[in-house]
Amino acid sequence: MQPHTLFWMLLGLAAYGYYLGRKRALTVSGGEIRRLHSLPDYYGYYVALWCALPALAILSLWLLLDDKIILRWVLAELPPAYRNLPPDRLSLTVNVIANLLAGERQANTVDPALAEAAEHYRHLKQLGYHALTVLVFACATAALTWAHRRISPTLRARNRVETVVRIALVASSVLAILTTIGIVLSVLFEALRFFEMVSPLEFFFGLHWSPQIAIRADQVGASGSFGFIPLLTGTLLITAIAMAVAAPLGLLSAIYLSEFAKRRTRAIVKPILEVLAGVPTVVYGFFAALVVAPWLRDLGARLGLSISSESALAAGLVMGIMIIPFVSSLTDDALTAVPRSLREGAYGLGATQAETITGVLLPAALPGIVSGLLLAVSRAIGETMIVVMAAGMAAKLTLNPLESVTTITVQIVALLVGDQEFDSPKTLAAFALGLTLFVVTLALNLVALHVIRKYREQYE
Amino acid sequence: MNKTLETVQAGLARRRRRESRFRWYGRIAIFVSLAFLAMLIVSIVARGHKAFWQTEIAIDVFLDPEELTPPTREHLAKADLTGLIKQSLRQMFPEVRQRRRKRALYRLVSSAAPYQLRDYVLAHPDRIGQTVRLWVLAGADVDLYQKGYVDPETPESERRIKDYQIAWLRKLESEGRLVLRFNRGFFLNGDSREPEQAGIQVAFRGSLYMMVVTFALSFPLGIAAAIYLEEFAPRNNVWVDLIEININNLAAVPSIVFGLLGLAVFIGWFGLPRSTPLVGGLTLTLMTLPTVIIASRAALKAVPPSIRYAALGIGASRVQTVFHHVLPLAMPGMLTGAIIGMARALGETAPLLMIGMVAFIVDPPQSLLDPATALPVQIYLWADSPERGFVERTSAAIIVLLLFLGIMNLAAVLLRKRLERRW
Amino acid sequence: MNTVITERHTTPDLETDDHRTVGDYTLAEPRFTCRHVNVFYGDKQALFDINLDIGQREVIALIGPSGCGKSTFLRCLNRMNDIIEGCRVEGDIRLDDQDIYAKEMDPVLLRARVGMVFQKPNPFPKSIYDNVAYGPRIHGLAANRTELDEIVETSLKRAGLWKEVKDRLDHPATGLSGGQQQRLCIARTIAVNPEVVLMDEPCSALDPIATATIEQLIDELRSRYTIVIVTHSMQQAARVSQRTAYFHMGRLIEVGETTEIFTNPRHPLTEDYITGRFG
Ligand SMILES: Nc1ncnc2c1ncn2[C@@H]1O[C@H](COP(=O)(O)OP(=O)(O)O)[C@@H](O)[C@H]1O
Ligand SMILES: [Mg+2]
Repeated sequence: MQPHTLFWMLLGLAAYGYYLGRKRALTVSGGEIRRLHSLPDYYGYYVALWCALPALAILSLWLLLDDKIILRWVLAELPPAYRNLPPDRLSLTVNVIANLLAGERQANTVDPALAEAAEHYRHLKQLGYHALTVLVFACATAALTWAHRRISPTLRARNRVETVVRIALVASSVLAILTTIGIVLSVLFEALRFFEMVSPLEFFFGLHWSPQIAIRADQVGASGSFGFIPLLTGTLLITAIAMAVAAPLGLLSAIYLSEFAKRRTRAIVKPILEVLAGVPTVVYGFFAALVVAPWLRDLGARLGLSISSESALAAGLVMGIMIIPFVSSLTDDALTAVPRSLREGAYGLGATQAETITGVLLPAALPGIVSGLLLAVSRAIGETMIVVMAAGMAAKLTLNPLESVTTITVQIVALLVGDQEFDSPKTLAAFALGLTLFVVTLALNLVALHVIRKYREQYE
Repeated sequence: MNKTLETVQAGLARRRRRESRFRWYGRIAIFVSLAFLAMLIVSIVARGHKAFWQTEIAIDVFLDPEELTPPTREHLAKADLTGLIKQSLRQMFPEVRQRRRKRALYRLVSSAAPYQLRDYVLAHPDRIGQTVRLWVLAGADVDLYQKGYVDPETPESERRIKDYQIAWLRKLESEGRLVLRFNRGFFLNGDSREPEQAGIQVAFRGSLYMMVVTFALSFPLGIAAAIYLEEFAPRNNVWVDLIEININNLAAVPSIVFGLLGLAVFIGWFGLPRSTPLVGGLTLTLMTLPTVIIASRAALKAVPPSIRYAALGIGASRVQTVFHHVLPLAMPGMLTGAIIGMARALGETAPLLMIGMVAFIVDPPQSLLDPATALPVQIYLWADSPERGFVERTSAAIIVLLLFLGIMNLAAVLLRKRLERRW
Repeated sequence: MNTVITERHTTPDLETDDHRTVGDYTLAEPRFTCRHVNVFYGDKQALFDINLDIGQREVIALIGPSGCGKSTFLRCLNRMNDIIEGCRVEGDIRLDDQDIYAKEMDPVLLRARVGMVFQKPNPFPKSIYDNVAYGPRIHGLAANRTELDEIVETSLKRAGLWKEVKDRLDHPATGLSGGQQQRLCIARTIAVNPEVVLMDEPCSALDPIATATIEQLIDELRSRYTIVIVTHSMQQAARVSQRTAYFHMGRLIEVGETTEIFTNPRHPLTEDYITGRFG
C-alpha cells in the first residue's frame, strides 16, 4: 500500500477506535454517565489516540529512513568497480540510479549493472511498503484493542487525553527553537565545510570577491577568491542609503500622524502608508530596476554625472521606500508609549507642540525609536529581491552611491540559483554568507528587542 | 505686564514659525511617502493593464485533408500545421514574394498559431476540407505595436516592426481581421519563451498549493504554540522566556535565511524533491509561524480573564476552558493574524529561489510534488527576460499579485472590524 | 443672591434645578473671572454654568467627589483642555480682564502665566537641572548660562529642594523620591515665573511626610503666586486655602471662606460631603 493511502486508512481506523471507545464507555457505565470518570467522548479520544499515535510514529520514521537504508543495501550489492569509487564519483552513480527510477533515463542507455540496481531498489522499496503496511496495521490494531480493553469507569481518560494535548502544545512552541537550531546547524555545518577549503581569514578580510573563476576541478580551495569585504561595504552602502531615505521620512510621518494630524487624517493616511509595507519586495525590485534606475541614469546624464544603471542609489532609494512604514510604525509605537503626563507637563509649562516633541517626547521615546531603526537596518541588510533585481553583480570596493555594488544577499542568490554542485566552495560560500547574515541580523534584532522590552517596562 | 511676559511675548512669533515649519516637514514627509506609493502603483498599472488584452488576427486556413486526416492528437503532432498557416498568410498577401518579406509576414502571427489550429481541428473534425476563418494570436511585435508601445517617430531601422508590416496590419485592420481581445491565455497558460503565449497558470497553481500547505501547517501549529505560551506556560521560566525571545527573533530573521534552511533541511536532509510546492510550503511555514504565533497570542490576551474564571468556576479543566471557551472567542483574531502571515508568505520570493522554484515550467503542477513556480517568482523570472513583451506581462502579473494581497488584507481588516464590535 | 435652603439633607435634582451657587463667588479685585462656563467632552457635558472669581495671591481649594469636574475646571484656566480631542469650552474666562479663550490669546503665553502641577509627579527623563531649566529655555528667559543657573537655583530654593539636590543637579530627575519629584515639578513650574499656579491633587501620590512639606511650601508660595489647588483631602483644603469651592456633578455648589465652609456649610450637599457622608 502506498504511504498516503496507509495514512488515510490509519485515520479511518482511529475514527473507528473513537466510536468503539465511546460505545464501550457507555456500556461499562451501565447507562449512567455519572459513574464514569470522564465524559464518554474522552474514552473515544483515548482509544483513537492510542490507535493512531504509535502507528503514525512508525510510519513517519520509516518514510524518513527507508530511502537511505535501501540505497545502502543496493550500493553494497553493486560490482566492486562501483563500490570502491571515491565519494564524489559514487554520488554520480547514485544520481544515475535516481534518474533511472524517476524515468528520466532509459535503462538501455546505462551500464546494465546500474539498471539492475535500480530495479533492485524499486523492488526493495515496494517490498518495504508491504512490510510497512503490515507493521502499521498490526501496531494500530493491537494498540486499539489494548486501549479498548482498559476502558472502565475509573479510567481517567480525560486526564490522559489532556496530557497528550498539552504535550502537543509544548511541542508546537518548541518548534520555534528547533527552527532556530535548524538554521544555525544547517548553515553552520555547510559554512564550516567552506572554511575547511577557504581560510576564514581570507573570507572575512579579503578585499577581492570573484567566486566564479574555477580553473581546474581538483584545485578546490584555490578557485576564485572569496574576500567578503566588498560585499560588506556594498551591503552597508545600500543600507545606509535606504536608512537615509527611510529614517527622516518615517520619523517625520510618524510624528506628524501621531501628534499633529486630526484623528480622521490619521485614520486614512496610516493604513495607506502601511500599504507600502505590504507590497512584495519583488515588486519593489521591478520598480527599482525598471523605473527608478533608468530615471536616475537619465537624470545623471542630464546633470553630467555618470550613474550606473545598477547603481547603489537606485536600490537603496527603493529599499528606503519599502522601509518607511516599518520605521514609522515603530516610531508611532514608541511615541504612544510615552506617558501622557510628560506631554501635559511640557504643555503646562507653555511649550509649543514642536517644542514638546523635540524637547520631551523624542528624548523620552529615544530607546524605542533607536531600536526601531536597528530593526529597520537589520531588515535592510537581509533584504534580497530589491538588490537582486536592481543592484549589480560585480563586487566593487567603493562607497560611491552612483556606482554598481553587490551585496551579501545578491551573492547568496547568485551562488545558489542555477546548477549546484553541493561540494564546491562556490555553493558552500553561500552558506558562509548566510551564516554571516544570520549572525549580524540576529545581533541587531536581539539588541533592538531587548531595548524595546526594557523601554516598555520603564513606562509600565 | 511683568518682564517675563514681555520676553515670552517677544519670542512667540519666532516659536510659532518654528512650529509651523515643523508641521510642514511632517506633511512633506507624508506627501513624499504617499507620492512614492502612487508612483509605484501608477507605473505598474500603466505598464501592465494592456497585458489583459491581446492582439488576435483572423486568417482563412484551408483545412487540407491530406495533412489533417486522421484528426488525432498523435497524427496532428507530426502534421505540417505551420505550413498550413503560412500558406493561408501567403494567400492573404499574394503580392509578397521576397524571402525576407515572407518571413516577416509569417512573424505576424505567433508561433502558437499551429497549436491553435490543432485544437480547432480536434474540436471540429467535420470541417476538414473546408476553408475556415481562424483567430490566432498575433506575434509579440505586432501585439506591442497594436498596443501603442512602439514610438512611430523612431527610425524604421531601429524598430522591430517595419513599415511594410505596418501596412499589412492596416490592411488586416480594414478587413476586420485584427482585434484586441481579452487575454485568456494569460490566465490559462504556463510559462513560455514567447511573451504573447506566456501565462501565470503554473505560478498561480504553485502559489495556491504552497498557500494550502503553509496554512494547513502554520495555522494549527501557530495556534497550539500560542495557546501553550499564553495559557499554560509557567511565568518567569527560563525555557519559556527562551522560546519567546526565539519567536520574536525569528520574526525578524531575513527570509533568505529561511530559504537556506529549507534547502539544507528539506532538500538536503529529508531528500524532498526540489522546486516543488511541498518544499516551498514547508519553508514558508517556518517563516510564517512566528507571525501567526505572535498574532494568536495577542488574540488570546484580548479575551477577558473573566471568561476563563467563569469556565474554571463551573468545573471545567484548563484544557477544556481553553478549547471550549477561550479559543472560539480568540479565533477571529487568530485568523486575522494568519491571513496577514499568509499574505506575507504569498509575496515572498527569496526563500523560493533558494529551494529551486525558479524554473521554466510550462505544465501546471498536478500535485504537491510536481515542479512549479510561484507568482512572485514568475514576476522575477519575467522581469529578467530581455524581450520587450515581458515588461507588460510582468506588470500584469504584479497587478494580479497585488489584487490577491489586497483581498487578503481587506479580509483581515474586515475580520478585525467584526472582532472589535464584539467587545 | 443665595437660594434659601429650607429642606436639609435632601439632594436637589441637579438635572432640572435652576441651579445657583451658594455663597458669594465674586471678588473686588479678581485675577480670574469665570462666568457661565460650560464644558463638554463630545456630547457629554462635564461642567454646568460655573461662575467663580479667583483673587490675587490667595490659595483657593476646589473640593468635591471624584468625577465632579474639579480637574476639568482647573484645566480650563490654562487651556490644557485644548489638547483633549473633542473637548469644548463655552462661557467667559478672563485673566486680568483678558479673555483667555479669545483668538488673540496664545495658549503658550497663557500657560507661561498660568503654570500647572499635576497629580502624579511627572519629571522629564532628563537631569534635575534640565528639568528646571526647561521652561526658561523654551521661553528664552535667560540670556546666558549664569542667568539660567540663577533661575534654577532660586526656583529650587523656593520649592525647598535646593539643599537636597544642589550637589547632584546633573543626576536624572527620575531618581528622586516621589515627594522630591513633586517639589521638582513645582520648581519647574515657578521657574517660568508664572502669576498663577494650578495644582491638581499634588499630594495624592505622596506619603504624609512629603505631603506636609508640600503643604508648607504652598503656604510660602502664596506670597508671590495665586494658587488654585484641587484636593481630595478636606484637611488639606482647610490647612492651605483661604477660600474653598465645592463642586458636585459638574456644578459649583458652594463657595466661600474656607473656615466658613468647613464650620458652617450652607448647602446640604456641601454638608454631606464635609461631614463625610459621601465622596
Ligand atoms: N478626556 C475626557 N474625555 C471624556 N470625558 C472626560 C474626560 N476627562 C474627564 N471626563 C469626564 O468629565 C467628568 C469630570 O472629570 P474630572 O474633571 O476629571 O473630575 P475630577 O477631577 O473632579 O475627579 C467626569 O465625568 C469624567 O468622566
Ligand atoms: Mg481629577
